[in-house]
Amino acid sequence: MTTELTCIRCPLGCALKVEVNGGSVSVTGNSCPRGAEYGAKEVTAPVRVVTGSVRVDGGDMPLVSVKTLSDVPKDMTGQVIEAIKRCRVMAPVSTGDVLIVDAAGTGADIVATRDVKSRS
Amino acid sequence: MEYRDVVIIGGGPAGLAAALSARRNGVEDILIIERDERLGGILNQCIHNGFGLHTFKEELTGPEYAGRYINMAEAEGIPYKLNTMVTSVTPGREVTYINPSEGEVTVKAGAVILAMGCRERPRGALNVPGSRPAGIYTAGTAQRLINIEGLSVGRKVVILGSGDIGLIMARRLTWEGAEVKVVAELMPYSGGLKRNIVQCLDDFGIPLKLSHTVVRIHGKERVTGVTIAQVDAGRKPVPGTEEYYECDTLLLSCGLLPENELTSSAGIGINRVTGGAFVNDRLETSAEGIFACGNVLHVHDLVDYVSEEAELAGLSAAEFVKRGKEACAEHGEALCLKAGEGIRYTIPNTVDPVNMADKVTVRFRVSDVYRDKQLVILYGGKEHRRIKKRIMSPGEMEQVTIGKDTIPEGISDITIRVED
Amino acid sequence: MDKYDVAVIGAGVTGCAVAMYLCRSEVSVIVLEKEEDVCSGTSKANSGIVHAGYDARPGTLKARMNVRGSKLIEELSETLDFPYRNNGSLVLCFDEAGMPRLKELYDRGIKNGVDGIEILTGEQVRQKESAVSDEVIAALWAPTAGIVCPFGMTAAFAENAAANGAQFRFLEEVTGIVRDGEGGFVIRTDRGEFFARNVVNAAGVYADRFHNMMRSQKISITPRRGEYVLLDKQAGDLVSSTVFQLPGPYGKGVLVTPTVHGNLLVGPNAEDIEDKEDTTTTSEGMEDIKTKALRSVPGIPYNLTITSFAGLRAHGQDYDFILGEAEENPGFFEAAAISSPGLSSAPAIGEYIAGLVVSRNGYKPKTDYIGTRKGFTDVSRLSAEERSRLIREHPEYGRIVCRCENVTEGQILEAIRRTPGARSLDGIKRRVRQGMGRCQSGFCTPAAMKILSDELGIPMEKITKNRPGSELLRGDTDGVS
Repeated sequence: MTTELTCIRCPLGCALKVEVNGGSVSVTGNSCPRGAEYGAKEVTAPVRVVTGSVRVDGGDMPLVSVKTLSDVPKDMTGQVIEAIKRCRVMAPVSTGDVLIVDAAGTGADIVATRDVKSRS
Repeated sequence: MEYRDVVIIGGGPAGLAAALSARRNGVEDILIIERDERLGGILNQCIHNGFGLHTFKEELTGPEYAGRYINMAEAEGIPYKLNTMVTSVTPGREVTYINPSEGEVTVKAGAVILAMGCRERPRGALNVPGSRPAGIYTAGTAQRLINIEGLSVGRKVVILGSGDIGLIMARRLTWEGAEVKVVAELMPYSGGLKRNIVQCLDDFGIPLKLSHTVVRIHGKERVTGVTIAQVDAGRKPVPGTEEYYECDTLLLSCGLLPENELTSSAGIGINRVTGGAFVNDRLETSAEGIFACGNVLHVHDLVDYVSEEAELAGLSAAEFVKRGKEACAEHGEALCLKAGEGIRYTIPNTVDPVNMADKVTVRFRVSDVYRDKQLVILYGGKEHRRIKKRIMSPGEMEQVTIGKDTIPEGISDITIRVED
Repeated sequence: MDKYDVAVIGAGVTGCAVAMYLCRSEVSVIVLEKEEDVCSGTSKANSGIVHAGYDARPGTLKARMNVRGSKLIEELSETLDFPYRNNGSLVLCFDEAGMPRLKELYDRGIKNGVDGIEILTGEQVRQKESAVSDEVIAALWAPTAGIVCPFGMTAAFAENAAANGAQFRFLEEVTGIVRDGEGGFVIRTDRGEFFARNVVNAAGVYADRFHNMMRSQKISITPRRGEYVLLDKQAGDLVSSTVFQLPGPYGKGVLVTPTVHGNLLVGPNAEDIEDKEDTTTTSEGMEDIKTKALRSVPGIPYNLTITSFAGLRAHGQDYDFILGEAEENPGFFEAAAISSPGLSSAPAIGEYIAGLVVSRNGYKPKTDYIGTRKGFTDVSRLSAEERSRLIREHPEYGRIVCRCENVTEGQILEAIRRTPGARSLDGIKRRVRQGMGRCQSGFCTPAAMKILSDELGIPMEKITKNRPGSELLRGDTDGVS
């Protein structure tokens, strides 16, 4: 099976062709090894960092921004977003606080990316 | 009148980095003036990741990047004022601000650093015909409503312009449950980063239509749809190519404009190409002791470069305050930095070959997408250096370094241009 | 239900002027408006010009009302404290063939009683306005012409009327008028009924609807759309007077004028349309006015355009305004077919119609009539000392919300707290110019929405740009609306 995609490792944006034959993966169209690596991973096991906002009760802001601490499989991003939307926390929140452990079974924790103080 | 050594207008990434740099270069008496209720500027609403790879060697979200600088500023004990708007700056470095607790106050500054950032190009400046209903937002306004206030701006969305904020918002809106129907871009190339096109549009199957624009907005109370058409080489709509998209929201992501009203009113020279001040190699504007950095000087692609540039502004302001008038007395004959063929502008605009730092970073943008071209640096019309470039595009900033020891005597200008 | 002495249909500049003058007598007045605020139809989008009065045909109501109206506006701008500037106007003549028409305008001005008009040579014109084209060979100079903020003036009339007892009902669309059998009227709206002894029809482009309910001779009002381009304040001093073109073979021509707030305004064109609500702009229309305006002032920096918009003028079939009482339906008064110079004539029309109503009914003058009103605070125009004092007493005037126009939270609260007050973002914008500047509300929309939401106690999702249906949000991000 052949997949065509644009490399995002640098501004060049090479048009990659990634061919998967059983266990072997071959990438063409890349200009550098980083492109080959990107192409192979993007086709066999694509991952993303998911960012979003979680509602905060009693905070000086209504939301706290969050992210997945590690990459999650691309096809799981929807479930991770849903988990973030369902979450609600109490102020105060500090950057790095884990708000959800193992979001949607991806193994990735959701952490706060900013501080939210308690409403004074 | 109160005196401060360095007054910094704007507490976003540029202002914070400039303040830290001024402090680390020996200035105790610093004041950051921020109009919002918190420091960090626009990064507070940029909750996506991709910031800080150059500065911190890791990928951070906007609030994290801002948070690190805010923490450093707090640790250094740098004073700042929030909810405070600067209403005027004079060439003599008198800065007037107003806020609810102090009313109107004027401070005299040893040096001023302009770090007010930029704003989005509004619909009016784009002259999109049609009605004027609710549901038309600049991408950044929508970003603030969604990411800071937790409010939803619309369900069916068309985005005009492929600037990075628009692309980021396409993904955010999709994640929030809205349907993003199309992104139309007037130019034949995108104004955003490739990474954002792949991860914010391609991931969700959102079409990007290059050389397309919105030719009509429909709806009386609320947007009900837009008509999009293809444009020709002269960016005029091609009759017969109109397509109607039903939507309740139109987002505009059509470029950023440096916010230089204060700068202009201080009589500081503004470059029409960048919309920012003309500066020398120390980022000093045409007004002595007033420096500029970040998006108020020229719109950057990455915040990391904003921080880097702001550090130079902070250093220059510190030196100016410490050495006072001497610093100016030492001025040599400045060389003009010229944007040649294929280059839209350069920052700085002049270089002082006598007093410049050993190395000066020149930042610029190219005027078209160039593949397999060369950047040529000419000293007084004579070729000095040639740099091969696989790709250059207007959406991404370029930079070259000029070494003090490489500049020959007797020349009056340095030109950078694109050649085959 | 209460029976009002007078019901005024329409809270545009004419309706508000009528209400204001009525309230100088012992009269109970109710103003019925279908939109959410005053100044929401024809009055909201026009040139903002106070015409000197040379253009109207001698002997017509237009001529009379215009000349009287422009004098009243100057006086009222003092007592009611709204933005007005007497900047004078020029009508440019580009060739010898136009000279007889220019002379005709001059003669007409003299007949209409316009003070101080004179014909200037091209040289004299350029001495006055250096940006005017070299092609210009002469111009009619009218020193009494002025510019006004249409919103500011309408709000002033409405507030003064309210201060003197007039009641305003918004989102109240009149659907029918019938006689009540006791010499008065039943006015039916989409939400209820009102009883009034007299009715004044000041319904702008919809005035034909009510006219035709009450009058034997039917009329039709055609909306004539005019498009405008508004430029940044940086371009505002390109001309200081209002620069018209002499109507000629090129058509009526377009004007170039500073606005009273310091922007530059170019327009309008004129297109008769069907839809009485169609204020869309077109690319052809904008190109047309931009090109025509360059003939007057070649250096207009269109790159400083901040917005474009279109407004409607209420054109009757005949030339003149329709003013007065219906013979066949006593007690039904009209201010209809108020096309140009409607804005300039507004207070004169108000004074005239109110006078007719008062004398027919023998209403007594109000003894405790309030003749003055304080305009909206403009923090940026105060002296530094005044500003500091104001902020000390009211800290909300120290919080700038709109950075382009330097509008503070205090000013926005003022717009909402006045009677009648702003109920929508447009209502705030029209009163205190939040969002009116070069970024066109990109920056301050969220903050203004929040202030409106807190002050009126309504959720953010219910905040509208103008009328219902123009809600800015679609629930919160959880999809819970």
